[in-house]
Amino acid sequence: MNVTPNRIVVKDLNFYYGKFHALKGINMDIADKKVTAFIGPSGCGKSTLLRTFNRMYQLYPQQTATGAIMLDGDNILDRNQDLNKLRAKVGMVFQKPTPFPMSIYDNIAFGVKLYQNLSKNDMDERVEWALKKAALWVEVKDKLKQSGMGLSGGQQQRLCIARAIAVKPQVLLLDEPTSALDPISTAHIEKLIDELKEDFTIVIVTHNMQQAARVSDYTAYMYLGDLVEFDETSSVFTNPKRKETEDYITGRFG
Amino acid sequence: MFLHEARLKRQILLDALFRNMTRVAALGVLLLLGSILFSLVMGSMPAIHAFGFGFLKSPDWDPVNDKFGALIPIIGTLVTSGIALLIAIPVSFGIALFLTELSPRALRRPLGIAIELLAGIPSIIYGMWGLFVFAPLFGDRIEPWINDHLGTLPYVGPFFSGPPMGIGMLTASIILAIMVIPFISSVMRDVFEVVPPMLKESAYGLGSTTWEVVMKVVLPYTKVGVAGGIMLGLGRALGETMAVTFVIGNAHELSKSLLNPGNSISSALANEFTEAVGELYTSSLIELGLILFFITFVVLSIARFMLYRLGRREGKAS
Amino acid sequence: MFDLYTKRRLTNTIGLGISVAAMAFGLFWLCWILWTLLDHGLPAMTPVVFAKMTPPPGSAGGLVNAIYGSIAMTIGGTLIGTPIGIMAGTYLAEFGHRGWLAPLTRFINDILLSAPSIVIGLFIYEVYVVHIKHFSGWAGTLALAIIVIPIVIRTTENMLRLVPSTLREAAAALGAPQWKIINFVTLRAARAGIITGVMLAIARISGETAPLLFTALNNQFWNENMSQPMANLPVVIFQFAMSPYEDWQKLAWAGALLITVSVLALNILARMLFRQSSSTH
Repeated sequence: MNVTPNRIVVKDLNFYYGKFHALKGINMDIADKKVTAFIGPSGCGKSTLLRTFNRMYQLYPQQTATGAIMLDGDNILDRNQDLNKLRAKVGMVFQKPTPFPMSIYDNIAFGVKLYQNLSKNDMDERVEWALKKAALWVEVKDKLKQSGMGLSGGQQQRLCIARAIAVKPQVLLLDEPTSALDPISTAHIEKLIDELKEDFTIVIVTHNMQQAARVSDYTAYMYLGDLVEFDETSSVFTNPKRKETEDYITGRFG
Repeated sequence: MFLHEARLKRQILLDALFRNMTRVAALGVLLLLGSILFSLVMGSMPAIHAFGFGFLKSPDWDPVNDKFGALIPIIGTLVTSGIALLIAIPVSFGIALFLTELSPRALRRPLGIAIELLAGIPSIIYGMWGLFVFAPLFGDRIEPWINDHLGTLPYVGPFFSGPPMGIGMLTASIILAIMVIPFISSVMRDVFEVVPPMLKESAYGLGSTTWEVVMKVVLPYTKVGVAGGIMLGLGRALGETMAVTFVIGNAHELSKSLLNPGNSISSALANEFTEAVGELYTSSLIELGLILFFITFVVLSIARFMLYRLGRREGKAS
Repeated sequence: MFDLYTKRRLTNTIGLGISVAAMAFGLFWLCWILWTLLDHGLPAMTPVVFAKMTPPPGSAGGLVNAIYGSIAMTIGGTLIGTPIGIMAGTYLAEFGHRGWLAPLTRFINDILLSAPSIVIGLFIYEVYVVHIKHFSGWAGTLALAIIVIPIVIRTTENMLRLVPSTLREAAAALGAPQWKIINFVTLRAARAGIITGVMLAIARISGETAPLLFTALNNQFWNENMSQPMANLPVVIFQFAMSPYEDWQKLAWAGALLITVSVLALNILARMLFRQSSSTH
């Protein structure tokens, strides 16, 4: 099914919250510069799967993953993997907007400064580039020194996207990025996702099936920790191969 | 790739450095408690050698002949704190009940702050006010009445008959009560607020009155926390120094009457420590401090265990 | 006879009436004490209080050396205690997820929070004053710092726990190392709450008397040398109030009013600051 090269290859991934087996032998390939959506009912493991790609689970004790997730020939799950380095390559945007308690400018510069020594001019350019990419530049260009907390919810979320892409990651993880937003802001973000896939490999978790159908190239349907079906979005939604997938997307279940 | 490898290495180092700095600060707290205990024990050694366990039972306090015992200050501390609690518990409960269930919403915050300000007033102010304003009034107006009415009762009479001087154990207890009311009531208010609204609404839904909801739902649900708050107040009362020192009378005498002057551990320390001459005198005072620290440590430990227990249950329920 | 319903109503009314009375009882003391302070303190509050040194017995004077000493030791105690408290509080909130150190520290800290302050004075006397053989401003500063530490630890931990974990995750997702996440994101997000805690700690130590009795003691003269005994408002109030001289007692009232107004103002200011910042977030 894949004609494009793969960016991420998942092999035999198992995940445990303490003793609870949350992901069961997942195998999948994430295509480069495409949008891949994870759908499924609450608790199916879609967010858990996403959070293994940057090992966000590592912040919490008792959460463990086995198997392999290959990115650029490196195994993300390798004990020796440098987490900070990994996360600079794999950006993430969360369910709720998470602006840092600092100015709009500093919010974006924060991540860039971690790994690059940019001159004032280069940094200004980078901030402008990221805000333009996130379609926020016009709205905030006159108040870059103001706190990021003062923006509206939709603007905050685009600020977080700008912050994530400012470090020029290869992969962008979106964990239900519009679930806390109104329909107009949601439309903004969906348009943005479409534009961003020219530069980034995007993986999005969503509980909104229409959204998955609108923005993604590939869709994975998950249920109770299993990857039930994974294919091009058009075929998952128009011609599902598995009965469970069909039940879910036609609304008979979940 | 734009990543600087050297910079990554440095970050790992800085992370470890930062984590260990905070860890050392946390260890410092344990070390602090350890050294407080150690220094008090070392300072008490001469007195411990001289008097042994008899120190706890002896009512002597004779600096001239170097004979010391802790009985009177210990009793003074326990009795004043006990009476203070007897007054403070019902009042604090009433205040917490008022603030959580009865007060109009607009008054809730200002009244809550007013009660907390009572806790903010430095204890020396309570002492001064007690000495110059409260004690004279208490001695002139209230104590004669106590003498005439309570002092003549069987059994409890001896506790309430004595010279109406204004200064004494009872005055100290009342001022202590005023001081611990804000502590106890703010803990009670906080634990009352953790009762799930649904639980209260269910009881109201059955037709219960506010009083019944509080006595039969809120109080049973929060009893561990309420007890914790009371122990916390007790811990405060036991260690309170300045307010008591001003009004307790500082007399090393054992007397049945609460109207007579007495002494407490902390006020004995405050009054005598800087003027104590001789190793044994100083050491006996330090041993008093050690006893006070031990008593409050036990009381506060019990308080914390109770509050943690309530906190854990709350964590489970949500 | 009362039927059951009337009896329940009556119990309710009596119970709630007592509750209102308890509230009034609490406020009554607050008003009485504040009124006494104003009544005695305001007439004593003359410009001389801020211009002259503490007088010898039986003559008039001011409190300026005591005010200076109090401010110096309070600032010193805060400057020493705050960083230690913030670091230990950070450990409890950010690193103390496993192991024995964090729960034990939390428990001990909660006890130190309400430990008798006079014992802290005794401790500093034993480990410091005895060795340098005289009372000093530094000893008082150290005693106050020990009182500051547990208060700051408690508020720092509480405030850091209020910071949503998604904020930490968002910073981690950018590849930020933990020390940067904590210093530039979580501690900043908790800043207002921590400042409130520090202000409450300052309010608490500026009225503390007991730990200064055996450490800073008192000094009748102007003294900027922290290695010497140092005058301070609480101890001066204590000595002057207990004295038989009317001039001294008047000065004690002036000092009492001064201390109470500053402590209560700090308390109210801290609460306002906290409320303001928590409503904008």
